[in-house]
Amino acid sequence: MANYPLRWMAVWNRNALAWRKSIKTALLGGLAEPLFNLFALGYGLGSFIGEVGGISYIAFLTAGIISLSSMNAATFEGLYLAYTRMAVLKTWDGMMAAPLGVGDIVMGELLWMATKSVLSASLILLVASGFGLTANWQVLWVLPIAALSGFCFGGMALVMTSYAQSYDFFVYYITLGVTPMILLGGVFFPPNALPDIIRQGSSCLPLFHVVELIRPLVSGRFAWPMLSHLSVPLAFAVVSTWFAIWRFKRRLLR
Amino acid sequence: MSKPYPHIVKAEKLTKFYGKLCVVDGISFQINQGEFCGILGPNGAGKTTTLKMLVGNTPSSGGKLNVLGFSIPQQAREMRGRIGVVPQSDNLDPDFTVVENLRVYGRYFGMKRADIEKRIAELLVFVALEEKANAYINQLSGGMKRRLSIARALINRPELLILDEPTTGLDPQIRQNIWQLMRQLQKEGLTIILTTHYMDEAERLCGRIVLMDHGRILADRTPEELVRERIEPHVLEVFGTGVSAWKKANPLPGPIRCEQVGETCFYYGADLSELVKTLDGWPGLRYDYRPANLEDVFLKMTGRELRDG
Repeated sequence: MANYPLRWMAVWNRNALAWRKSIKTALLGGLAEPLFNLFALGYGLGSFIGEVGGISYIAFLTAGIISLSSMNAATFEGLYLAYTRMAVLKTWDGMMAAPLGVGDIVMGELLWMATKSVLSASLILLVASGFGLTANWQVLWVLPIAALSGFCFGGMALVMTSYAQSYDFFVYYITLGVTPMILLGGVFFPPNALPDIIRQGSSCLPLFHVVELIRPLVSGRFAWPMLSHLSVPLAFAVVSTWFAIWRFKRRLLR
Repeated sequence: MSKPYPHIVKAEKLTKFYGKLCVVDGISFQINQGEFCGILGPNGAGKTTTLKMLVGNTPSSGGKLNVLGFSIPQQAREMRGRIGVVPQSDNLDPDFTVVENLRVYGRYFGMKRADIEKRIAELLVFVALEEKANAYINQLSGGMKRRLSIARALINRPELLILDEPTTGLDPQIRQNIWQLMRQLQKEGLTIILTTHYMDEAERLCGRIVLMDHGRILADRTPEELVRERIEPHVLEVFGTGVSAWKKANPLPGPIRCEQVGETCFYYGADLSELVKTLDGWPGLRYDYRPANLEDVFLKMTGRELRDG
């Protein structure tokens, strides 16, 4: 098979089929939980907070929750599920006995992670739009940003997985990487509420920029200069993908 | 079928180091169309590493390797499209049914949907899993899983089938069943390479044995030749309490080789009937007098010490 997108899609296809098999639990975890957060915090906290930057708190939070879910979907897939396929079920060994290489597997997995991020973002968008929390059709541009977020956080998760010897290892990444990104990245409150030094630190990390892109699209206030926020998640996506492929080659082809 | 390549596998001075440890030490061999070749050896002999190099999943540290006319590892992916691999432990997908496992695997080879479905129908008959077509993997017995792994490896109509310890951990009935499948595949002209710890398996199936130890090839012969050339024709095993007393009382009558392992004595020679007669007066001892087999050759050539890991 000379055609590499076909090889990536063969891996994607396997994961998509496995996902369809457990669609009920997958949707419950991927959709219900972010919606609980959105409505409980949005209306609950929102009643104290009122407006943030000219929009209701729940509309502000909608963008944060969409960004967060697009990250979580890819992160969970890239850590726990990818590790399971690599080390527990040995699904990757089976692929490597067929005409698929390590690069094909990583790319197929990443495509699937991006798909999950888009799925999760679009379902939340759908519900949020039903409640009038999105401004206009601009909001559809959230979906390609969610895909980028999937590649970025999926790639980062795969780098972690390439070092993991057990599931326990992921606690380090979640506690020291993911959680601070969520709390300081502008998901729940505007980052300018934070001290300068923390805000600058946070702006080196991709979630901050994903939120900065998604928020104006949800509230219908997008302006072209905001596109500069693409650069950080894009750089993380490219570098982590390249690094994950290099790491997995070292780990698996020995 | 046209054959643009003279050998199915051609390895020249193939070498593999892990750090400073030499796992495969400059081995050369060829495997020809239609052969059923067994790679034998104790744990750590280099069998699995050799297979890994063969499918291109680990680069060699030196030497040349060619499989189906492809240079390995440079053209490994193209080559893997034309072989089948049955792994040591099943890595079937527990999320999927029998048919789905085959269908997803066919996609890895870039096969067309209609072709995959046609092939699945043939394979389910071949491995007698038609009635389990829609069963999930955890509903299958150990033997059924193994048969499904073999079917999966055949999805792309391979020209070479590689099996890594295909019957380890299976009960005797299932082993016979798996052997039957492999014999049938060979009859249809498939070239087969397998590794095994079971000498009876190798003796019954393989037309050719590559015996490895410490990363080298110790012998490369048919099983009959190995038994004829590499060991005395007969073996007498004597075991039970009092072996040492009996041994002292009966000096060896001629050119007989003896090895004692704990309470068991192994005697190797052309004719041991004199020795067997001396056992009459020793009711506490049990014995087995038999022609030598591949296991005797294996133990003679690789030694009796335990290999762990």
